[in-house]
Amino acid sequence: MRHLLSIGDLSREEILELLDTAESMHEVQHREVKKLPTLRGRTIINFFFEDSTRTRSSFELAGKWLSADTINLSGKGSSVSKGESLRDTVMTIDAMGVDLMVVRHMASGAPAQIASWTGCSIVNAGDGTHEHPSQALLDAYTMRRRLGGDLAGRHVAIVGDLTHSRVLRSNLLCLRTLGASVTLVAPPTLMPSGIGPWADTDGFGTSYELDDVLPTVDAVMMLRVQRERMSGGFFPTPREYAVRYGLTPARLARMPEHAVICHPGPMNRGLEISADAADAAQSLVLDQVSAGVAVRMSILYHLLAGEGSTS
Amino acid sequence: MSPARERVPEGTTPTAESGRVVLAGEEIGRALRRIAHEILETNKGPQDLLLLGIPTRGVHLARRLGAALHDVEGVEVPVGSLDVTMYRDDLRRQPVRHLEPTDVPGDRVEGKVVVLVDDVLFSGRTVRAALDSLADLGRPRAVRLAVLVDRGHRELPIRADHVGKNLPTSRGERVWVRLVEQDGADEVRIAADPARREGERQ
Repeated sequence: MRHLLSIGDLSREEILELLDTAESMHEVQHREVKKLPTLRGRTIINFFFEDSTRTRSSFELAGKWLSADTINLSGKGSSVSKGESLRDTVMTIDAMGVDLMVVRHMASGAPAQIASWTGCSIVNAGDGTHEHPSQALLDAYTMRRRLGGDLAGRHVAIVGDLTHSRVLRSNLLCLRTLGASVTLVAPPTLMPSGIGPWADTDGFGTSYELDDVLPTVDAVMMLRVQRERMSGGFFPTPREYAVRYGLTPARLARMPEHAVICHPGPMNRGLEISADAADAAQSLVLDQVSAGVAVRMSILYHLLAGEGSTS
Repeated sequence: MSPARERVPEGTTPTAESGRVVLAGEEIGRALRRIAHEILETNKGPQDLLLLGIPTRGVHLARRLGAALHDVEGVEVPVGSLDVTMYRDDLRRQPVRHLEPTDVPGDRVEGKVVVLVDDVLFSGRTVRAALDSLADLGRPRAVRLAVLVDRGHRELPIRADHVGKNLPTSRGERVWVRLVEQDGADEVRIAADPARREGERQ
């Protein structure tokens, strides 16, 4: 593994190896001394052109706990805002001798483009509406921990604003590779166009009715309604969205008892998820955050620790 | 993903026939029982003992040692495992290694007499990594080392406190430990290792 750009590049074995490694990393999180010497002398840059709290801070912690030197750059306040091109900015950073760049960018495909320019390893930390691989891995990790097994044969519903979601694409690829069955649930306006043929060839389901899907799920993943990406007209009012597609207390009762709730955060309480559901015993929201660091440590370990990794 | 993978380089997979057997069956059990007595003697009893096996075969040996200590003294000595992969100094010379679990009973090494258990003591680099990893877990009162086989050729100032068998070897040889729990048989085998001789000539 040289880059992590898309879940689609990973085999089932590679995904499981990343998740198994994360189990070992998770144990470090509970130690008094949260530090491993493994990536000593390596340099990691978190390059975030979009806002982020949990992804950036967990990548930073992951790097620090593995003893790498990490620095953070954001689009705002860097030369990008002075008009420098993405390529010039990236090449400047690369020239400083960086081993790995964690990139978040509003343009789909930007991390792949950067990977073609530089010699260092690139981790896609979310690009436009394309992918967010580390989020999918930590979701799979969290669900696997709670549900047991390798998620093969499990039924996961992904619900919400699918059109604008990069988490959807990565999660779909990850869950399908692991052998889970997936049903996408969204209002017709937020179902990605052309999903029909994809669903047919890749073998996942789609539905407009959340209530029909809930009784058979092992996990339900509520995606955030991304108000910042909505130029309007996708649903009449937030209130109506909450009634039709929100995880309300009534819907919580329709789910099997063992089923779990995931949300990649940040949550819009009262919109896609009710406070009852967010704070329920089945909710894995905080487990997801704590798994985030372990999974990202695993990613950094696999990209930087072995022979032939970049220098 | 088999745990045996990492210690056997490609093309040198040991077969049941290769090399000669230097320890077999009950001899291993006798060596472990002697080590158990030695540990109790050095420690003047079983108090504060904590056995930590280094994956993968060291963990099986640590469990057997724990059982032997129980037979002798009638007390349960805690047994765990300590994966040292993240502390190795040769990570960048090999493909990414698979991690094994670290499990320290009670989550504390503070004040304990930790006995590290491994199958073969060779360069001493694994033990060096284990000492570093222990230091990050806390401050044991003492650390001792028990190995089934000491084959010499140390590259660091490290020695074992308890040795099942001292085995003079050449660097061009390989020592394979097979244990019932993992490999279906108990034996220590020594054989020429073409890969390693090659490596030395370079």
